[in-house]
Amino acid sequence: MLAFVLRRAVQAVLVMVVVALIAFTLFRFVGDPVNQMVGIETSAQERARLRQELGLNDPVVVQFARFIWAAAHFDFGVSYQFKQPVNDLIKQRFPATIELSLVSALFSLLLGIPMGVYTALHRDSWLSGFILTVSLVGISLPTFLTGILLIFLFSVTLGWLPSFGRGDVVAIGFWTTGLLTKSGLRAIILPAVTLGLFQMALIMRLVRSEMIEVLRTDYIKFARARGLPNRIVNFGHALKNTLVPVMTIAGLQLGSIIAFAIITETVFQWPGMGLLFLRAVQNADIPIMSAYLLLVAGIFVIINLVVDLLYVVVDPRIRIEARSA
Amino acid sequence: MKFTTAILAGALALASFTGQASAVTFKFAFQGDLKSLDPYSLNETFTHGVLGNVYEGLTKRGKDLKIIPGLAESWEVLEPTRWRFHLRKGVKFQNGESFTADDVVFSADRARGPSSDVKTRLPADAKVVKVDDYTVDFVLSGPNPILNAEWDTWYILSKKWCEEHNSMTAQPQAGQQMSYAALHANGTGPFIITDHQAGVRTLFKRNPNWWGKLESNFDEVIFTTISNDATRVAALLSGDVDWADPIPLQDVPRINASGVAKVLQGPELRTIFLGFDQYRPELRYSNIKGKNPFKDARVREAFYLAIDEIAIKDKVMRGAATPSALMISPLLFDLSKDFTRPAYDPAKAKKLFADAGYPNGFEVTMDCPNDRYVNDEAICQAIVAMLARVNLKINLLAQPKAKYFAKILVSGGYDTSFYLLGWTPGSFDSWNILANMYRCRDDKGVGGNNNVGNYCNPKVEQLTKEVLVENDKGKRDQLIKQAYEIGQVQDWAYVPLHQQALAWGVSNKVKVVQRPDNQILFYWFRKE
Repeated sequence: MLAFVLRRAVQAVLVMVVVALIAFTLFRFVGDPVNQMVGIETSAQERARLRQELGLNDPVVVQFARFIWAAAHFDFGVSYQFKQPVNDLIKQRFPATIELSLVSALFSLLLGIPMGVYTALHRDSWLSGFILTVSLVGISLPTFLTGILLIFLFSVTLGWLPSFGRGDVVAIGFWTTGLLTKSGLRAIILPAVTLGLFQMALIMRLVRSEMIEVLRTDYIKFARARGLPNRIVNFGHALKNTLVPVMTIAGLQLGSIIAFAIITETVFQWPGMGLLFLRAVQNADIPIMSAYLLLVAGIFVIINLVVDLLYVVVDPRIRIEARSA
Repeated sequence: MKFTTAILAGALALASFTGQASAVTFKFAFQGDLKSLDPYSLNETFTHGVLGNVYEGLTKRGKDLKIIPGLAESWEVLEPTRWRFHLRKGVKFQNGESFTADDVVFSADRARGPSSDVKTRLPADAKVVKVDDYTVDFVLSGPNPILNAEWDTWYILSKKWCEEHNSMTAQPQAGQQMSYAALHANGTGPFIITDHQAGVRTLFKRNPNWWGKLESNFDEVIFTTISNDATRVAALLSGDVDWADPIPLQDVPRINASGVAKVLQGPELRTIFLGFDQYRPELRYSNIKGKNPFKDARVREAFYLAIDEIAIKDKVMRGAATPSALMISPLLFDLSKDFTRPAYDPAKAKKLFADAGYPNGFEVTMDCPNDRYVNDEAICQAIVAMLARVNLKINLLAQPKAKYFAKILVSGGYDTSFYLLGWTPGSFDSWNILANMYRCRDDKGVGGNNNVGNYCNPKVEQLTKEVLVENDKGKRDQLIKQAYEIGQVQDWAYVPLHQQALAWGVSNKVKVVQRPDNQILFYWFRKE
């Protein structure tokens, strides 16, 4: 078991180094950061001095080594645009992204599972057909379009919900939350729905197909033969067994929700890490880009590591393989 | 009866009380971020404009862009190289300290000090001498008629405050240390920044101790960045913001028809133009080898005549542009009226190409930004199509500004053959245009730093020098006119296209003052 964990940990570090290398290579193609830091009238000498100070004139290998060394110390330098330490900026923006991701994950689970169950149990009803059609739309519409449509319906036409931002936030220690204020709660609805729509459709379809499969199995037939009421058969037996793969997928999807919040955050001007990252790309702000990429890679690696370890706990076959390997 | 009256009176009192208590909040959104509160760390219109509500210069500019007194009540030119400024008395910084001559001397050093991006605001060799607490002399090495032309954005900082918070120099662009002044502001102006979260939002409140009489009725101002165009428009239409900039041209009719907001499209000072590499012996990106066609003024003229600017204005810019004969806005140069833009004439263009030895045209790559100016890429595409009609094959390379500027400006070694660029003279004066665009430069950019194609004519060079030191406005304007006549009319150094229009989305509840320099000075705005 320990060997297995160690091997996975070494692989995780390797993945991080590869991500760092790819990220670093990409930065050479985003444009000249110096141009973004000064006005157009700044003289050539001034620009040259700045390049020197930023270490942009050093050989690529030296720059990469310096980058890895600093990153290993969780030091990502100072943002070119804001002249603030990147760590501070990420710390400020982190709660917004996490809150949005969790709320949209919750939304997708709370709506996706019941809808999946319903469509599995009532396959021929018109409501099932309707839900399935809607879920198809949810899967195929790009996020930015859904977001803009929702804004135009609920903010511009109906005037019910704010069109952008996070509302008022309350600080609890280092964490800022918008979930405790009225304007914050109103502000999170549209972005959370936008971000969660795809996941909701995914979970609904997953639950539906798993459920239909489980309902065909012998033990369900046996349960029915025993004369158990429908409610117990459907929810006590069938749903419980459906949820194992659903939980795995949902866990893995949380990582992608966090990572793909970029688009939603941009559409709603949600002050999270994704927005910070996108603005950094537009402004060739390398320190923010590298920190964000490594952070997201780190989140994915950790989630995958945890899932792998849970498999070992849950599934004895993997343990046996690991031992024989 | 008595009872009802009492209730009525009470209700009235309550109404008037709540009327006073409800604060007037102005919310505005811009596509970019307010990157730093340090007024010397970034030379950029939006940053300077917003900070102009908080900080003040010795002189300011009024609603018509005329120079008016700011922290200096009056000034006089004692001799051509010595200017005396009389400072306003009784002005307090927002932390309560008094404003004196020491702050001016300090700010002059800080603005010209290391890591400042506003070094051009005052000459590097000018001496700033404190005469007494409320009088400051500027001693120059030579006459300079436009000494205070850019001082509306040379903001005065408190010496003591900077000392206390270890912000003696402008926020370094590189380096690890954080500057207090980049996140906090302490000006003398009509609004105080109470909270600033870079890239998210910034809160302002009215400064009750401001020395002037505030035209605005805002108690509170909230700035938010909204980078997405569609979201910014939606925020304006839904009333979540009162002011949004810029508005994409295709959304203008919809906003005007909405009944809640309209778009103010005043002329902007920036001139959009095309430039040519007329320096390299052989163009980097062309099929003509061994020579540079752009060295021939006839070729430059032919390009000029082959481009239908009226069509660009009507179709690409949807009317929101003013075609320009010069590289400077007519608002900034009184003799602009003496210049007219030559009409579109493709037949003559073809003849000129033939005369210059290119009867079948040639091929060249055009560099163009795609996220910097209004419809920049669409303008370039239109130009490519127009030039195709005179047998030129233009390969368009449109890139985001981060890549584009890195290629064509000095940092990329002026790596272009044919490009589109926009320019606003920071000093609102022609000397800035001549010095940046018409003066010769070397490979390192010394001289005309932004003369990308390195147009070079000794006569214009000489006139530029004379313009710098001529104190008489009439004579000076004539010198500038001569320079433009040689550089533009005779040499066809550039193809000026147009001044693009501003596009402020403004809620119907708000009255604003729109200046062509696109600074948002909300101390003139009012909200009902």
